[in-house]
Amino acid sequence: MAEDMQAKLEKYRTAPFDARFPNQNQTKNCWSNYMDFHRCQKALDAKGVDNAPCEWYKRVYKSLCPMSWVQKWDDQREEGTFPGKI
Amino acid sequence: HALMIVFLISTLVLYIIVAMVSTKLTNKYILDSQEIEIIWTVLPAIILILIALPSLRILYLMDEINNPLLTIKAVGHQWYWSYEYTDYEDLGFDAYMIPTQNLVPGQFRLLEADHRMVIPVESPIRVLVSADDVLHSWAVPALGIKMDAVPGRLNQTAFIASRPGVFY
Repeated sequence: MAEDMQAKLEKYRTAPFDARFPNQNQTKNCWSNYMDFHRCQKALDAKGVDNAPCEWYKRVYKSLCPMSWVQKWDDQREEGTFPGKI
Repeated sequence: HALMIVFLISTLVLYIIVAMVSTKLTNKYILDSQEIEIIWTVLPAIILILIALPSLRILYLMDEINNPLLTIKAVGHQWYWSYEYTDYEDLGFDAYMIPTQNLVPGQFRLLEADHRMVIPVESPIRVLVSADDVLHSWAVPALGIKMDAVPGRLNQTAFIASRPGVFY
């Protein structure tokens, strides 16, 4: 399974079509992947397991989210003012 | 309050409709060839609905983007665009319009930019348009695209440039 993940990540070109967000408004897509990455990271770190599987979500949110949004959200998480539940 | 008024008015209207319809009196001056009048009102309505439903479905299907090769973010600012290519690493740059007095002969007024958005030819590209401050709109008429840039929202559009060149 880890090898599949590696293979998938190596073949990564850009965020693929996500059927949960088929229409024009991709805001939720970006938000969802950002949240998924950080929750995945938190969950796997809590278990003490390697968090390589979370890397997919990171690639997707990096592709989709404007850098300024990512920066802002990272700063908010540092300060503890991030509006989402991680 | 508003809902009360809505209920009041709709009750009134419904009552009037029922009163008009369920009367025994007949106004013979406005009644003539009822059957065909009904047919040629209802039939076109049905035909139009039969056209509209698949049309709306296709409209939304057209929006579904299949397998882009590259994602570019175009973020609008006052008054320049910034482009981000972040599929592999964090690459971003600003593109300002070249002011008219700095144009070189052969360049297009109000269309040229100092850094152009570069795309691979014959590849499906996804562009995510957003804005930093106020509403903007990102358009390339030669590629048939226009998409509003709304702060806090990510609007997706896709295209394929089938020929190499500069598109405005």
